[in-house]
Amino acid sequence: MILRILGEGQFEVADDRIDELNRLDDAVQAAVDADDADAFARALARLVTGVRTVGRELPEEHLGPSDLVIPGPDATLEEIRDELAGGEGLIPDRPDSSRPTA
Amino acid sequence: MGLLRRFSNIFRAKANKALDRVEDPREALDLSYERQLEMLQKMRRGVADVATSRKRIELQAQQLQTSAAKLEDQARQAVAQNREDLAREALTRRQGLATELASLQSQHDQLRAEEAKLVEASRRLETKVQTFRTRKETIKANYTAAEAQTRVGEAISGISEEMGDVGLAVQRAEDKVSQMQARAGALDELMASGAIEDLTSTPEDRLQAELDRGAATPAVEAELARIRGELGAGPAGQRGQLPAHGAGDGEGEDRK
Repeated sequence: MILRILGEGQFEVADDRIDELNRLDDAVQAAVDADDADAFARALARLVTGVRTVGRELPEEHLGPSDLVIPGPDATLEEIRDELAGGEGLIPDRPDSSRPTA
Repeated sequence: MGLLRRFSNIFRAKANKALDRVEDPREALDLSYERQLEMLQKMRRGVADVATSRKRIELQAQQLQTSAAKLEDQARQAVAQNREDLAREALTRRQGLATELASLQSQHDQLRAEEAKLVEASRRLETKVQTFRTRKETIKANYTAAEAQTRVGEAISGISEEMGDVGLAVQRAEDKVSQMQARAGALDELMASGAIEDLTSTPEDRLQAELDRGAATPAVEAELARIRGELGAGPAGQRGQLPAHGAGDGEGEDRK
C-alpha cells in the first residue's frame, strides 16, 4: 500500500502493517470528533511517525498515485475539519476547475 | 481507515479534477505537463515571496535592536545621573521592544520553516516533472490511444497528487506571508510614527531631553556660580538653603 504524507512524499507500507496505522488513524478520528486540537496534534504526529517508521520511502522518481493521503504533521484540526466539510481548507481547489466532480 | 479514507478521497478528487474532461489520454499528458510547468513557476515565486517577507522581518528586527540598544544606553545615563525614574522608564520601553523582537523572531522562524519546505517540495516536484516528461514521450511514441489509457492514468494521477501536495504547500506559505506582511506593515507604520519607542506613552524625545537636562544641570549650576561670583553677589547658595538668606545675605564667610 502506498501512502503519501503531505509535504513529505510517498511511503510504501506492507499490508500486514496497515492495522497498526489504522489504530493510529482511529485516534486522529476520535480527536476530530471530540474537537480536541491538542489531542489531534498528538494523534496526527503519532500517525505520521508511524507511517515513516513502518513504511519505506519511495524514490523521488516514482510516479504513481497513493492509496492514502495523510495530512502533514503541522496540519491543524481546523484545516482538516474544513477539508472534510468540503470547504476550501487543507487542499486548494484547482483554479481552473469550474465544475466539481460528481 | 475512516478519517484517512475520507481525507484521501477528497484530496484525490480535487487533484484529478482538472483533467477529467480530456478525451484523448495523450492530450491529457500534454495538458498535465503544462500545468506542471505552471506549478513549478508558481513554486519559484512562492519561494521568492517567502524570502522577501523574511528579509523584511530581519530588517525590522535590526531596527528594533538599534532602538533597544539606545534605550539601554539611556538607562545607563539615567542611573549615572541618579535618575532612577528615567532609568526605569527607559528599561520599561526596552522591555516592550524585547517582546516585539521575540515575536518577530518567532515569525522569522516560521517563515524559514516554510521556505525550507517549499524549496524541498520544489526539488521533489522538479524530479517528478522530469520523470513525467520522459514517460510522456515514451507513451506518445509507443502506444496507441487505447493502450496509452492505462499508462497515462497512473502517470497523471501520480503527478496530480504531487501537484496537489505542492499546491497546498504554496498556498500555506502564501497565507503565512500575507499574514506577516500585514503585521510587518503595521509595525513599519508604528516605527515610522515613533510610537514603537513610545511604549510608555511619552514621546521618545522626552526621555532624552530629561537626560540631557540632567547632564546639563551641574554645568549650568557652575555657570551660575561663576556669574554670581563675578557680580560679587555672594555665594552660590544651594537652593535648599534659602532660609539662611535673611540672616547674612551676601557673605559666604558667615558660616565660619
